Amino acid sequence: MSLVASDLVVRYPGLPVPALENVGLRLDDGKLIAVVGPNGSGKSSLLRVLTGVVAPMSGTVMLDDRGIGRWRPDALARVMAVVTQREEPAFSLRVDEAVMLGRYAHLGPFSAPSIDDLAAVRSAITRCDLEPMVERRIDALSGGEWQRVRLARALAQEPRLLILDEPTSALDVRHEMQIFELIRGLVDRGLGAVVVTHHLNLAARFADQMLLLANGRLAASGTPSEVLRTETLREVFEWPVAVTAWTDGAPQVVPLRTGEFPPPA
Amino acid sequence: MKSRHRLILIGVALLSLAIGIMVGPVSLSPGELWDAIKSSGGEASPIIRQIRVPRVLLAFLVGGGLAVSGAALQALIRNPLADPYLLGLSGGAGLGAVIAIAAGFGGSWTIPLMAFAGAMLALALVYRLSLVQGKRLDPRVLILAGVIVSAFTGALMSAIMALSDASALRNAFLWLLGGFSGASWPTLGFFVLYAFIPLVLLMASARALDLLALGDESARHLGLDVGKARLIVYLSTGLLTAAAVATCGIIGFVGLVVPHAARRLLGPLHRPLLPAVFLAGGAFLVLADALARTAARPLELPVGVVTAVIGVPLFALLLRRTLT
Repeated sequence: MSLVASDLVVRYPGLPVPALENVGLRLDDGKLIAVVGPNGSGKSSLLRVLTGVVAPMSGTVMLDDRGIGRWRPDALARVMAVVTQREEPAFSLRVDEAVMLGRYAHLGPFSAPSIDDLAAVRSAITRCDLEPMVERRIDALSGGEWQRVRLARALAQEPRLLILDEPTSALDVRHEMQIFELIRGLVDRGLGAVVVTHHLNLAARFADQMLLLANGRLAASGTPSEVLRTETLREVFEWPVAVTAWTDGAPQVVPLRTGEFPPPA
Repeated sequence: MKSRHRLILIGVALLSLAIGIMVGPVSLSPGELWDAIKSSGGEASPIIRQIRVPRVLLAFLVGGGLAVSGAALQALIRNPLADPYLLGLSGGAGLGAVIAIAAGFGGSWTIPLMAFAGAMLALALVYRLSLVQGKRLDPRVLILAGVIVSAFTGALMSAIMALSDASALRNAFLWLLGGFSGASWPTLGFFVLYAFIPLVLLMASARALDLLALGDESARHLGLDVGKARLIVYLSTGLLTAAAVATCGIIGFVGLVVPHAARRLLGPLHRPLLPAVFLAGGAFLVLADALARTAARPLELPVGVVTAVIGVPLFALLLRRTLT
């Protein structure tokens, strides 16, 4: 399954500058793409277009050679799962009930969940480390726990593609690493994933490809080593950084303190 | 729904029906009720068959319909304060019906149709008023919009009644007071005719309501055709409310009280919730009607007074909790 976006332009009414200008992306099975960039650089707009929520002013988004807007919502939900940045449910479900909502596109209006549905839910709950809290109500969860419930719900959809908007922004180190390891594990078994994140260093270690956005345009794209370059990052984030390498060869970005300009050799 | 809960609810519903049939100007003993059920003979039989049974069944179905409408609207606008009455649907339906009566074409087909048109118009108006800055639906504004539209439809109803001749005024006034004293087998059949399809549609939308309660974007990503689901819920709740208002006047707060209580007991998932809310709403209105018939004997209170006396304090409590 492939998701191909090309020459996307998005403009919001009343804003002089386009939110996205000539941005493209190609996501295939078994690949993890990280989208990074400063606040307001167009990351969320890109995800909205990729998931069919917003139609671009020009450019196309094709999912398996069919325009994303021509997919029926339920057919789309069976192949693509999306975890948005925020969500405030009106009522407080139990954790297992919330994860079961991921099966909506697989269920008929009156049918009870099948063995497959229950298995998908159980597996998603296990993978997101939620077993100890399946009977808790979601309004009693911490921000990080709620985020894991939403990821489990997305996995319960059994998608081929997974789109995540800052999935770990509320998580501590252990849960953040667990989520990234989980996503990478799924990708290694054939899932395609797009992750918007502010964590350049985690993106560098987990992603196959990176997209660096600045003011709605593509500032750089390619492998982490191609994207995470001292000069590019300094320009895009308007802050000096040094780029070193971890033992596995992944570039690691260290923002400099004011006393360190220019960076030590 | 757990089978224990289901049994209790069905038991409560049947009990409420029995109480509703026994209570009234001529009180019946359980023995007399049993005799009447067993055989067609006996002195009490005509009262039971021609008056009490259709009345109690109508109250039950109207209560169930209003409660299901309330639960569905609460998921739709993502707020537990929604109710067909508070959102102005009932007022709109009432206005439509009063216009039909005053204009002299208040037949058993035109009143519900006009009520439906009024309900949909009121709902559209409330919805439009509460869209703050174009897109975001603020629940607090929504409640205010409901109050505004209700006040407006109320004023128009008064104006029409003040200007219409004596017989039309009397008809409209009696009808507006609400209640089930005019219930008969034909009214019951008529309500079933109008309410059956929207009730089935809402029950079939149970999972869609779960998703709508998450918010539009999440609902869409989980596979819901949000626009279509919203439209079905709008039209169904409008039709149900219109059918209820057309047959027995404006009765408020059933859709607020019952889903609130049911959600506390069963949780918010709509597949178990909606059938439970239907049974509980039916039982609630049958008992409220029984109370209305007996509280000030030999006079009869409008049943809407009883539901308001129970519903308003709960609404105040909920409002406090929602806004703090």
